[in-house]
Order: sequence, then C-alpha cells, then structure tokens
Amino acid sequence: MLTILFDGIAYGMLLFVLACGLSITLGLMNFVNLAHGAFAMAGGYITVIMMNRYGLSFYWCLPAAFLVTALIGVLLERTLYRRLYKSSHLDQVLFSIGLVFMSIAAVDYFMGGQQQLISLPPELRGRFDFFGVGIGRYRLFIIVLCAALTIALQLALTRTRFGSQLRAAVDDGRVARGLGINVSVVFALTFALGSGLAGLGGALGTEILGLDPNFPLKFLIYFMIVVTVGGTSSITGPFVAALLLGIADVAGKYYVPQAGAFIIYGVMILVLILRPHGLFAREGGR
Amino acid sequence: MITRRLFIATTMVAALAATPSLAQDVVKIGLVLPMTGPFASTGRQVEAGVRAYMALHGDTAGGKKIEVVLRDDAGTADQTRRIAQELVVNEGVSMLMGFGLTPLAMSVAPVLNQAKIPAIITSATTSAIMKQSEYFVRTSMAGPQSAVPVATWAVENGLKRVVTLVTDYGPGHDIEKGFTDQFKKEGGEIVEAVRVPLQNPDFAPFLQRVRDAKPDAIFVFVPSGVGSVFMKQFADRGLADAGIKLIATGDVTDDDLLNAIGDPALGVITGHFYSANHDSPENKAYVEQVKKAANNMRPNFMSVGGYDAMHLAYAALEKTGGDTDGTKLVEAMKGMEWTSPRGSISIDPATRDIVQDIYIREVKKVGDELYNVEFTTYEKIKDPFAAQ
Repeated sequence: MLTILFDGIAYGMLLFVLACGLSITLGLMNFVNLAHGAFAMAGGYITVIMMNRYGLSFYWCLPAAFLVTALIGVLLERTLYRRLYKSSHLDQVLFSIGLVFMSIAAVDYFMGGQQQLISLPPELRGRFDFFGVGIGRYRLFIIVLCAALTIALQLALTRTRFGSQLRAAVDDGRVARGLGINVSVVFALTFALGSGLAGLGGALGTEILGLDPNFPLKFLIYFMIVVTVGGTSSITGPFVAALLLGIADVAGKYYVPQAGAFIIYGVMILVLILRPHGLFAREGGR
Repeated sequence: MITRRLFIATTMVAALAATPSLAQDVVKIGLVLPMTGPFASTGRQVEAGVRAYMALHGDTAGGKKIEVVLRDDAGTADQTRRIAQELVVNEGVSMLMGFGLTPLAMSVAPVLNQAKIPAIITSATTSAIMKQSEYFVRTSMAGPQSAVPVATWAVENGLKRVVTLVTDYGPGHDIEKGFTDQFKKEGGEIVEAVRVPLQNPDFAPFLQRVRDAKPDAIFVFVPSGVGSVFMKQFADRGLADAGIKLIATGDVTDDDLLNAIGDPALGVITGHFYSANHDSPENKAYVEQVKKAANNMRPNFMSVGGYDAMHLAYAALEKTGGDTDGTKLVEAMKGMEWTSPRGSISIDPATRDIVQDIYIREVKKVGDELYNVEFTTYEKIKDPFAAQ
C-alpha cells in the first residue's frame, strides 16, 4: 500500500518536472508550446549520447541535459518563438506541433527509431525495505531531486527580483517596459528555464518512461493534463496536480488493472467539472 | 515558341519514356515495411534480412531477375493499403512482402484477393490474419507459437503458479490465451492475468501487483522495444530476489536490444524461434552477412522473417519455372520445406502458415556479449489456434 503511494509520488514528481516548464510558458508567458515534449526528448537523448557514446557519469548528464536544452531553448526563442508571442493561439499551436514533427523526424534520422537505454550507476539501482515499505532507490532519488527543485523554483518566482520582474512582465508588458524592465530578456531567460527543466525531466525519465523518437507525442497528453488540472497561475497548481495524477495513475493500475489506463483521464474530467479553470485558478487571469 | 501542341507532345513523350518497361525477365517484389515511426526498428531488421538473402544467394530465381521495391508505410494501415495498391497497379509487382503489424497486414487482404497476388508476412503474428485471404503466406510466427512450449517447459520444471502479463492488443491476447490454455492443460494454475496498456510508460504498479501475488513465475509478452524497459524495472523492483522467475516469449530479450538491457537480463528464460546464437552454418553465414552489410547490427527474429520470406519467394519461382501467376506461386509455396538460419521450417499446406521448432533459451554471457543460448527444443510447433 505504502509502496504504491511511494511509486505514485515518484511518478508524479517526474511528471511535474517534465510539465512545469510548460506551465511556465503557458501560464506565465501565455504561449501554447506543444513542442515542450521535444525539449524533454532532447534532454533524454543528450543523456543517452553522453552515457553510451562517451561513457560519462549519469550525474554529469543531468546538469548537462538541463544546460544544453536551455541553450537550445534560448536559440529557438530568439529565432522563432518570439515572433509568435503576439500571434493567435492557433498559430502558436500549429507552429509548435510542426516543430514536434520535425524533431521526431530528425531524431529518427540521426539516432534511429529504437528504444534507447541507459544503465544507471549501481547505487541508484535496486530497492531496499524501509519498515516494510519497498523503496526503489532511483525513485527515491527522483523524489528528493524534484522536491528540492520545486522549492527552489517556488522561491525563485516569488522571492527574487527576477521572479517579480517576470510576473510584472507577464501581467502588463508595456508598463513593465516603461519601468525599465527588459521584458524580452526576461522572457528569453524564462523560456530557457522552462526548456531546461523539460530537458532535465527527459534525462531523469529515460530510465522509467523509455525514450524513442515518439516521446514528445506520447507524453504530450500527460503534460497537458498536468497543466490543465493544475491551472496555470503558479508552480503549486501543477505540482499538486502532477502528484495527484501520478498517485491516481499508479494506484489505479495496481487496484483495477483492467481500467488502469483510464483513471488519469477520469480524474482530469472530474477536476475540470468541479473547477473548470484548474485546481488553482488565477483571479482575473487571462 | 512553345505552342500548346508542342507542350503536349513533349510531355507525352517524356511520360512514355518514364513508364517502366515491362520486361518479362524481371520479377518485382514489393516490400512494404514501417521504415519510419515507432516501429522503424522492425522495418530496418526485415530489410536487413531481405538484403542479406540477396547478397548470399544472388538476384536470380527461376531464370528471372529479382528486383525488390521497398516502400515505407510508417506503420499506419491506410498507407499500407494504398502503397500495396500502387505497387500492384503501377509497379506491376508479382509478390508483396513485409507488413510489420497485424492491422497493416489485414488492410492489404482485399488488394490480394482482387489482384490474386501472394503476400509473404515477415513480421505480423496474429492467427486471425491468415483467414483474411488465400494469398497470405507467413514466415514470421504463427499466433502464440512461441508461448505454448514455454507453458509446457514451465510445468515440467516445477513452476506451477504463474501470473501472466501481456500487452493489451491483438498479439498479446493471442499469446495470453495460447499460454493459458496449454498451462492449464498441463496442470498449472494461473494466479492472475494482467493486461498492460499498449502506451504504457511505467510498469511499476503492475509489477508491484505481481510481486504481492507471490507466484512461482511471471510469464510476459510485451513488444520488443518496451520489453527492454520492462526488464529493467523487473530487476529494479527485486522480483527475482522475491523468488519470482521471469519466463517470456523471445520478444522481451530481443537480440537487437539485449546488450543494451545488460546484466538484468541474465538468466531470463524465453521461448522463441530464432536466436542470433543458433549454432548452424546457415546461421553463421547469415549473422556475418547482416553485420557486414548493416553497420554491425545483430539480426533478430524480425530480420530472419525477411530472410526466409525471400527464400520462399525464390523457391516458389524456381518451382513454377519463372511463372509469376499469383495462384500458382501460392500453390508452389504450400508445403515448402527448407533449412533457415533459425533451423528447419516448413509451410503448412492447409493453413499457409509457418511450422517451426521453438527453442527454450536462457540469457547468458558469450564472450563480452549477451546472447539467448538455446538449451531445449520443441519440434514442429503449429499455430495452436488454427485447428479450432
């Protein structure tokens, strides 16, 4: 029972890291970026290449996955995304889904269509018993890392200068600019942060979720569910939503395996009926 | 000046020149495979098998030159059907080959029935396909062929209480039923039957459920790519330490991915029709050829399906003396027997399906690499559902 809860939390945390970048771009920057999964995939493939081709340690791969993906994020933001900030949502959707298909084809061409595998360092493999609760080492690692990340992120957004600049830039870009905030730099950095987090999530998820060129499409639905259920006002919303969905998914598959795959959608529908704007809707938000 | 008449005349000449000459001494074979998309590795392997056959046995059969036309259907059924139609109508192929998944094979049945052209299935495995057309012949695997001997072996080796875990789609249901029927007949007990969704990222809850049911063994069928993810999670969850043995069909320990799975795979018992480690001169030559031609790729059970499909096509053409009439070719294929890299196989004259030996193998280290090492053979296994 507690093992299920533990697995659920680990899965939820992973979903959160994967999806929180999307909630930043969608919620804070008001940009529908369906290509978010492509950044996660990039992080995964960076890990695979570094570990399998160059034999680097898994621990080095995680920051590398974050930085390289963030860099790709900035590049794309500067060259492509920023042109679409003012466009309608439909244009943004079409543009980003196009990017997804391009990324799938590119990865398929360079890396092949097969499932990519990594071998974790030995201390992260296996599991141990803690008062009768089976704890997977790697899952514990994910939980600790993601919890630290969430706290850091929440503090950064609410307690730092950059956080308030970002919130100001989102709420009223013109006034923010008038006050001397460089809105476009703030947006670029935020986008980089979101992409980097996705890359980190992809790197962490390779072991549990698998990695092949169809990753962005396979998990797009999960990202969208986390963001819609959580609402886009803060980091807390998607965090609670990801945990809720992770636990519901794992528990559902354990107790009623016949219907396991549908539980997550059931939860989504229920939440959206009760709270159409997500768990934590922003007052007067766009 | 380019008048309208001149324009039409030149385009017509160009079109005529571009029309493929229907020379009688060339036999075209249409190879339809998923070369892109999630099942691209299947396509890659089958193509390697086909090319290896042509490299080893030349490109003539029955006095005709063989030409393979490869098309990519990206794993979607409507494309498979459209491509098959184009190949028959525009390219004038005499045989079709390939088909990575059951729905893809199913979709071409009407084309075959109308055009009366044989299609050799290199990959798709469900029993239901063969009934769709008299022109289907198969060289991959017939339904739950590989699962039945695993059930027999399990009971013989004292594994009486088993949980089955299969992927929730056609082949998974076939294999679950095949295994369960045989296992119960031998006196075993199925503790629980778990079905995992096809798009399933995380096996954790299902594996925990299996662990808590405390069976002697877990019998698994999942598609080969997902299989590797499954293996790792199986090891991580410590099911082996809890005394639960893993038995499976060979898809889980796919030769193509086995080394990437690494040590967690050691000791896993699987039943399947082909291992790259199979000890025969035919297989040695085959593995060597594939590795040489395809960038050191190890052939897996998919590729050997492609290799044997080519053999069947060649042998049928030899038998008809180069006659490409579809019905005659299918007749020629029925009852054909030969020694494949996987061992001796034949085509059942009644069902047009493959009859082959199933090997029980254990994953072991051979040199620095992991291989499925065969240790028991169950001879001449047919599709257990075909008689029903």
